[in-house]
Amino acid sequence: MTAAEILKEVNRIFIDQLENENIVLNRASIADDIEEWDSLTHIQLIVAIEKHFKTRFTSAEIQNFKNVGEMCDALEKKILLK
Amino acid sequence: MITLNKKKDRNNESRLRPTIATSYIILSTLIYFGKYFYRIMALSSYSELVKSSKRDHPAYKKIKLAILADSSTQFLAKAIKGFGVENEISFEIFETDHNQVEMQVYDGSLDLYKYNPDFIIIFYSSKKVIKEFYTHDKKGKANFADEFVVKCTTIISTLNSSLQSKIIFFNIPELNDNVFGNFANKTDLSFLYQAKKINLELMKLAHNNASLFILDLNSLQSFYGLPFSFDPKIYVTTDSVLSLDILPAVSKNIMDIIKAINGSFKKCVIVDLDNITWGGVIGDDGIEGIQIGELGIGKAFTEFQLWIRELVRRGVILAICSKNDEAIAKEPFLKHPEMILRMEDVSVFVANWENKVDNILYIQQVLNIDFDSIVFLDDTPFERNQVKNAIPGITVPDLPEDPADYVQFLSELNLFETSSINEDDEKRTRKYQEESQRIEFKKTFANEDGYLETLNMSSEVKPFNKFTIPRIAQLTQRSNQFNLRTIRYTEDDVAKISGSDKYVTFSFTLKDIFGDHGLVSSIILKKEKENLFIDTWIMSCRVLKRGLEEFAMNTIIDYAKSAGYSNLVGEYIPTKKNMLVKDHYQKLGFVINGSYWHFPIQAAFPFHTNIKKSI
Repeated sequence: MTAAEILKEVNRIFIDQLENENIVLNRASIADDIEEWDSLTHIQLIVAIEKHFKTRFTSAEIQNFKNVGEMCDALEKKILLK
Repeated sequence: MITLNKKKDRNNESRLRPTIATSYIILSTLIYFGKYFYRIMALSSYSELVKSSKRDHPAYKKIKLAILADSSTQFLAKAIKGFGVENEISFEIFETDHNQVEMQVYDGSLDLYKYNPDFIIIFYSSKKVIKEFYTHDKKGKANFADEFVVKCTTIISTLNSSLQSKIIFFNIPELNDNVFGNFANKTDLSFLYQAKKINLELMKLAHNNASLFILDLNSLQSFYGLPFSFDPKIYVTTDSVLSLDILPAVSKNIMDIIKAINGSFKKCVIVDLDNITWGGVIGDDGIEGIQIGELGIGKAFTEFQLWIRELVRRGVILAICSKNDEAIAKEPFLKHPEMILRMEDVSVFVANWENKVDNILYIQQVLNIDFDSIVFLDDTPFERNQVKNAIPGITVPDLPEDPADYVQFLSELNLFETSSINEDDEKRTRKYQEESQRIEFKKTFANEDGYLETLNMSSEVKPFNKFTIPRIAQLTQRSNQFNLRTIRYTEDDVAKISGSDKYVTFSFTLKDIFGDHGLVSSIILKKEKENLFIDTWIMSCRVLKRGLEEFAMNTIIDYAKSAGYSNLVGEYIPTKKNMLVKDHYQKLGFVINGSYWHFPIQAAFPFHTNIKKSI
């Protein structure tokens, strides 16, 4: 799976979980850019992404992601390792 | 995700039939977690609940809920909110910051008391409790549960003393931290030992306190497993001790308790016979060929019957509904040595070749209960769908294919939550059997009065007392149809009323040649100067049309005359379910005055009735 494909699927998960069709993510996207993305929905997104990609993030990862790009990089590594 | 295709169904359903609140339990599904498959009920997932929570509606019933917890409960609150919306309940939720349980309880000036919630959840998390346990020395550890329970008892009685709220207390998951390994079961110094003790003591508290209910988180966690119900990462980053996956099940159980307390619970289970009560088809296989006990997969059906019999023993009514010849269908109940269920367990037995919908309508008429208090169990998807579509409100679980899964599946659905039990529950089956006999007997009379006269009815009239208070409280909780004002009272409330000189109370039993109905009607009169206000008039629908209303009215008139009152004042508060008594006061000769009904006492004559007062 390419980085672009991962970003696309993550984008779809955001749209579904946050019920906002207009969300367009890029690698630099941060929580401030998206109204519905707060500390509560962050966990909801993380769990949905974990289930979708059948993998798990670590506690440190979910606390330290600076932007969507870092999240996708972590996912890419985990998918490669599987 | 627990269900993927559920969302669409639910939306359609809720628009078409807004009264079906139980539609969420009709599917079973396999979910994959780690390397395990779980067959679990199809609840909405946490994200679906979040979405539902946004669709709150002002027409939904409002319930005020406070959550007092020592850990983060924001996810739990969202899930409860969403679950409420899916059940047409609009929760208003009061949350505290973490670690504020005691502070909120003990500072009477704080928001909790002003908020005056209907329900209070108290949730001490095992993570925080274990942390506190670890701070103790040997002696403190051995006494840990006792100290903890003292703390809980004080909290509960403080809340009870100034709030009417019902308390839902989460018990503690009994998880071995393996500091001692299995030896934890052999020493009171282990957390496991103390956690089990805490839970047992909480049960004792709840047993003796009518407003305290336990949310059995321990059983939920052992059913779903720790990896499913706890996500260490969510705990570390958010301080929530429940995983998002377990939240729907926790919310459902909270809702089950709340619904039962509010008087909505299952009273009857209707069961099909072939391939559910026993394996095989009685008409084809014969009594020697059906699978029950040792034959074939009979053990699965034995387990099912054992579970159903326990329900019957605790007061759930069992009716049989089967496409069969009646004599053939009854044979195993009478003759098969390995049958668990016997004819005396069955209140209504219907076996014929009519369609199931008509037969269920007949059973409902005999029992005179609402469809939303009935569960129908059938192994055939076709019959299930037919019933589900034709009878709104009835609960029809989609049973798993393998009969071996029946009991575990049904027990997870937690269909039979109740908020109280009493001795009458156990006699209920006998009562409905008597009722079936009465229906047969009545057919032999052309005129109603002649029939009633032959029944030789008598009623015992008494003020409420400590023996009858639990049953009366239960009547106020459960009666929906013959209930003029539908004011629900707890045992405590009824005890207070019966002890107060501002009220006069009457309870009525009814007995006839077929048997004793027990306590079936209660009246609470409030003294208001020269008027007597009828605060509560309730009657069990089992004794409708027997003249007990008139008999009770005569009792009120006798009392009011002798005590010198000039007026009886009644009020009818309409609900969805009490249309039956809309004209009750008019029929008895009351005259409407604004929104109240008035009846002048002193000129009143007694009404005709065939019931004699027993002494």
